[in-house]
Amino acid sequence: MAEPMRARPKPTPETQHFWDGTRAGELRLQRCDACAHVYFPPRPFCPSCASRKVSIFKASGKGTLYSYVINHRPAAPGFTPPYAIAVVALEEGPRMMSNITGCPQTPEALELDMPLEVTFEPLDAQITLPLFRPAKG
Amino acid sequence: MRRNQVAVVGAAETTELGVIPNMSQIQLHADAALNAIADAGLKLSDIDGFATAVETPQQMCHYLGITPTWVDGTSVGGCSFMLHVRHAAAAIEAGLCKTVLITHAESGKSMIGKLPRSIPADSLQGQFEAPFGVYGPPSMFPIPVLRYMKTYGITHEQLAMVAVVQREWAAKNPRAMMKDPITVDDVLNSRMIAYPFRLLQCCLVTDGGGALILTSADRAKDFPRKPVYILGTGESVETPMVSQMETFTSSRAFKVAGPLAFKEAGITHADVDHLMIYDAFAHLPLFGLGDLGFMPHEETGPFIAAGHTRPGGKLPLNTNGGGLSYMHSGMYGMYALQESVRQMRGIAPAQVPGAKISVCHGVGGMFAASGTIIFTNER
Repeated sequence: MAEPMRARPKPTPETQHFWDGTRAGELRLQRCDACAHVYFPPRPFCPSCASRKVSIFKASGKGTLYSYVINHRPAAPGFTPPYAIAVVALEEGPRMMSNITGCPQTPEALELDMPLEVTFEPLDAQITLPLFRPAKG
Repeated sequence: MRRNQVAVVGAAETTELGVIPNMSQIQLHADAALNAIADAGLKLSDIDGFATAVETPQQMCHYLGITPTWVDGTSVGGCSFMLHVRHAAAAIEAGLCKTVLITHAESGKSMIGKLPRSIPADSLQGQFEAPFGVYGPPSMFPIPVLRYMKTYGITHEQLAMVAVVQREWAAKNPRAMMKDPITVDDVLNSRMIAYPFRLLQCCLVTDGGGALILTSADRAKDFPRKPVYILGTGESVETPMVSQMETFTSSRAFKVAGPLAFKEAGITHADVDHLMIYDAFAHLPLFGLGDLGFMPHEETGPFIAAGHTRPGGKLPLNTNGGGLSYMHSGMYGMYALQESVRQMRGIAPAQVPGAKISVCHGVGGMFAASGTIIFTNER
């Protein structure tokens, strides 16, 4: 029997643009038209100044490794331990949780502040997850 | 709030702590409540204010047979009970009720009658954290640790010493779950749970509960136990998503709640005789010492490693053994409050001689929430 799938996000009206973005190969953030604050997770107003005039834009997909754990137990369904649960500091300012692919899941390989770039991993036809890998060059 | 207007006049834990397979979660609440009622020399019918978390006030009031005129169901994780104490003190001062019962209990180990915790797939956590493999507190709470260590130069050995020192306190507490001495090597060689934390740096998983009874300080002098006064209080919340904390080098909720309580109490850090900092995991005492202003964050690890918080040290910290060694049913804040009350009554198994002021600091829902209560036994 196949391993149970990892937790599958279910978009809401306020977050649909983010998940449409990852499916299209874009990491989408929001910026306040009034105060220029860039924020995440998605919402249709600025958490800094409360303006409802906000815009969606394509982020660079670049970031750095802010912090992480390497989870051994208990493992989430759909994950084979040990696996790193990381928080990535995006170039535009916000931080987001993700996983680091294309590199050993060890303290030696996962150095804080290492440059990362986004990569997109389809979970199914609707949902694509934004993961990160060590930046090339 | 004004200082010393409200006092704890009843305090008790469940009859047993640890593995209690013969009681459901609501019965653990009732067991703690009945013990606290007996401790205060009251009847349940004397209770006109009620607060609890996770279980609802309506559930528990009906089960206990209480008809309250004031209820608080604030449920923000393990520090909910610190917030209940703060809210109850305000309610008593405002005349909304006279005698408040606060209960906590959890069948955390045996899981009997325990409500399931689930994260909806369309919540923000369900969309932006759960898909990346977080699975329970051990995979979430320590996520800031590596950044904290790098920023402040904190070492793995210093974080291991938190567990070592608390085991020294636990050894003095007959009701502590884990009493055998441990070394830094024992900690650093224990089973890996979520790097950088190993088994002995993670809290226990147990069954149990506790209850407090509060009333006005004027009435408190007529009760059988020595009153323990509420000197200062603070609370705040930040975010249920650990990934979205403002920074990993500090807790915003700690930095709001702690100083609020100190300001209200009108004390300085040098006045503190006894300190409890909710330790679900080994980094929390460091965050607490720094964010409550006892010392710069850089000094927290060396301070604990130097033995200043151990028995006989200048700042006795987590004197029941803490969530790491005493007990941890899932929402440990009530047990920290119980230990502060015991210390202020002068009856703690590891009593700090002559202690007059106790600071009790809680955290909830990872770093989502925080509450600080400062107690004193002098009015």
